[in-house]
Amino acid sequence: MLKFIKHHISIEGIEIFPLISFLLFFTFFVLVLVYVFRQDKKHIQEMSNLPLEGDNTNLP
Amino acid sequence: MELEKFYYDNRIVRNFAIAAIIFGVVAFLAGLWIALELRYPELNGPLAYITFGRLRALHTNAAIFAFVGNAMFAGIYYSLQRLLKTRMASDLLSAIHFWGWQLIIVAAAITLPLGYNTSKEYAELEWPIDIAIALIWVVFGVNMIWTILKRRERHLYVAIWFYIATFITVAVLHIFNSLELPVSMWKSYSVYSGVQDALVQWWYGHNAVAFFLTTPILGLMYYFVPKAANRPVYSYRLSIIHFWALIFIYIWAGPHHLIYTALPDWAQSLGTVFSIMLIFPSWGGMINGLLTLRGAWDKVRDSAVLKFFVVAITAYGMSTLEGPLLSTKTLNSIAHYTDWIPAHVHIGTLGWNGFLAFGMFYYLFPKMYRTSLFSEKLANAHFWIGTLGILFWALPMYVSGFTQSLMWKQFKPDGVLVYGNFLETVTELFPFYLLRAIGGFLYLTGALIFVYNIFKTAASGKFLAQEEAEAAPIIGTYKKHKGDHWHRFIERKPVQMTIWVTIVILIGGVIEIIPTITVSSNIPTIEAVKPYTALELEGRDLYIREGCNACHSQMVRPFRSETARYGEYSKAGEFVYDHPFLWGSKRTGPDLHREGGKYPHSWHYNHMWNPRSMSPGSIMPRYPWMFSLEGNDATLDVSNTANKLKAMQKLGVPYTDEYITNWQLELEAQAAGIAEELNKDKNISVEPNEEIIALIAYLQRLGTDIKKTNTAENQ
Repeated sequence: MLKFIKHHISIEGIEIFPLISFLLFFTFFVLVLVYVFRQDKKHIQEMSNLPLEGDNTNLP
Repeated sequence: MELEKFYYDNRIVRNFAIAAIIFGVVAFLAGLWIALELRYPELNGPLAYITFGRLRALHTNAAIFAFVGNAMFAGIYYSLQRLLKTRMASDLLSAIHFWGWQLIIVAAAITLPLGYNTSKEYAELEWPIDIAIALIWVVFGVNMIWTILKRRERHLYVAIWFYIATFITVAVLHIFNSLELPVSMWKSYSVYSGVQDALVQWWYGHNAVAFFLTTPILGLMYYFVPKAANRPVYSYRLSIIHFWALIFIYIWAGPHHLIYTALPDWAQSLGTVFSIMLIFPSWGGMINGLLTLRGAWDKVRDSAVLKFFVVAITAYGMSTLEGPLLSTKTLNSIAHYTDWIPAHVHIGTLGWNGFLAFGMFYYLFPKMYRTSLFSEKLANAHFWIGTLGILFWALPMYVSGFTQSLMWKQFKPDGVLVYGNFLETVTELFPFYLLRAIGGFLYLTGALIFVYNIFKTAASGKFLAQEEAEAAPIIGTYKKHKGDHWHRFIERKPVQMTIWVTIVILIGGVIEIIPTITVSSNIPTIEAVKPYTALELEGRDLYIREGCNACHSQMVRPFRSETARYGEYSKAGEFVYDHPFLWGSKRTGPDLHREGGKYPHSWHYNHMWNPRSMSPGSIMPRYPWMFSLEGNDATLDVSNTANKLKAMQKLGVPYTDEYITNWQLELEAQAAGIAEELNKDKNISVEPNEEIIALIAYLQRLGTDIKKTNTAENQ
């Protein structure tokens, strides 16, 4: 089975790719979390009510 | 503050909605037809245009771009105007977008059955149509962003973020995946080859699902579910996390379509990890959608609209859990190339996309026609028939997928495959294929009830093309108040928002794709691999024309069960001259990468004339139009051969100038050799210039280069 391990040629410095990817996403995710939880309630409420306005159609 | 009076444009919404409904029925019909062809291969009769290989592309394109595409535009045009309290910026651009999109669909419906096909899944359309798509897409984007700029609502609701992300990402994906060198009006070659082409294609293919079938539909969910339930979304905070996490992660997950293939391992692993991470934002979105109905579940009993939405969102949750699980190596080794994958895909399209579109139209038509739904009962009937249709479609295919996979992998104690003849693993699946067709029939029946109901609703009301509305304009600049957060800045500024979205979606693509294209050690070269001869190249183009790759893969994975069945596993270096790559994604028939030399020419000749003569019970269609027999003229078209070779040379395939000058001699010599060999069989009478000769030349070449090295080494 061992002969099925592909790409015996190792690519130099390839270990860094997953690390970069993880760090990028982790930082990004933490920033989004921080931002979301710092939002004030009133604004959030205003935003979530947006779809319920602006439609003047009254059904007969 | 003075209120301004303006009118919402309902006509564009209705036009897109009607187009979606018509093309939806076409897509379901085409689907049902090809499902039946997979059981009764003679259904296409003598017609080349309606074989599975050609119609499959028509079915997927109709479902994705014509049905879901038009439905999504209808929903976007409706919700965008209302969320921004303004009319669309330009009626002209709206009209160009509508008619342009329909023309593209018609062009696709004509060219795909004719065999003009790039072979790249969900990007099968040839280059002139690709350019038209890019232009019309930009028209849509300009119209949307212009509308956002002249809005009367300062803040952009989360649905609009999803629309912006859709516009940007689909544009980027479409342009990069469609980079191709035209040879003639209806023929082009992908600029990428082999592994690189595969990576770019699945970066596109996966994100076409993400940004054409998911993000815009999520935007619609965030607008229409609160609207139909008459309550705000469960958590707006969650929707922000959902949005950013989803668009960031999605773009990385493409390589999970290529697990265990010749793609470099590091790229496969990245695809897997990001796919698993994708569960979280996806389920965040599902939970957010479903919990919007908290305390209002009683409404679901009475409202067909909400019923459709609930099943749609549930289907979204199911397929976004299933997708990441399928991306793990363990499950992927079982599911890849089997019927499990279409089952997974159809939970998404029939359940998530289809049901969300139906629910949305049941909501929109009574509103736009100022009446109530013609029959809530019929809508409920549609709901139940449609749901049964989805189950009848998917469940047999899950069983079929497992059956197929287990049969492919089963060994006898002495180490020989139990089902060494691939055909045995096909005929076993017939009952499931029939059940699947019944599922499709049910879904189509539901859709026809829907069409009738919508038609009667429209007939009973009066269409309100211009809907009057009032809102105050945004005056002056926004006053920052204390504690105001930086993200609010983005929410108010659509242009900044667009730039951020672009950066976020580019990161994943850049990290995955650029190294594979630029770092040469990613694709170890193999000395023995040589370009195709002119005849083989023409044969390869016939293979593409007939859509052979819809049912046959060309990628032997490094499993014992596959090397025992097909031969040596596929290496990245073997595909360096493959513009485009033809690895395929489904094995309705066996893998063909090591097909070369397996059978004599006469086997292929007879098999292509009638597969059942060589393999009784086979479900492959006949290809009599590739033979100059029974009054048919199948002379191989070589009018573009020189151009094709030149195009390949430009793309880096090492054809010498000498070869390109003398291609005709070479082609004729090779064809004559094959014909001579065939004519030795007293039942065969073939001319060297028939298409079938070129196809046989290609099939016999497949995967043989590497065998030459092995022979040399052994000697």
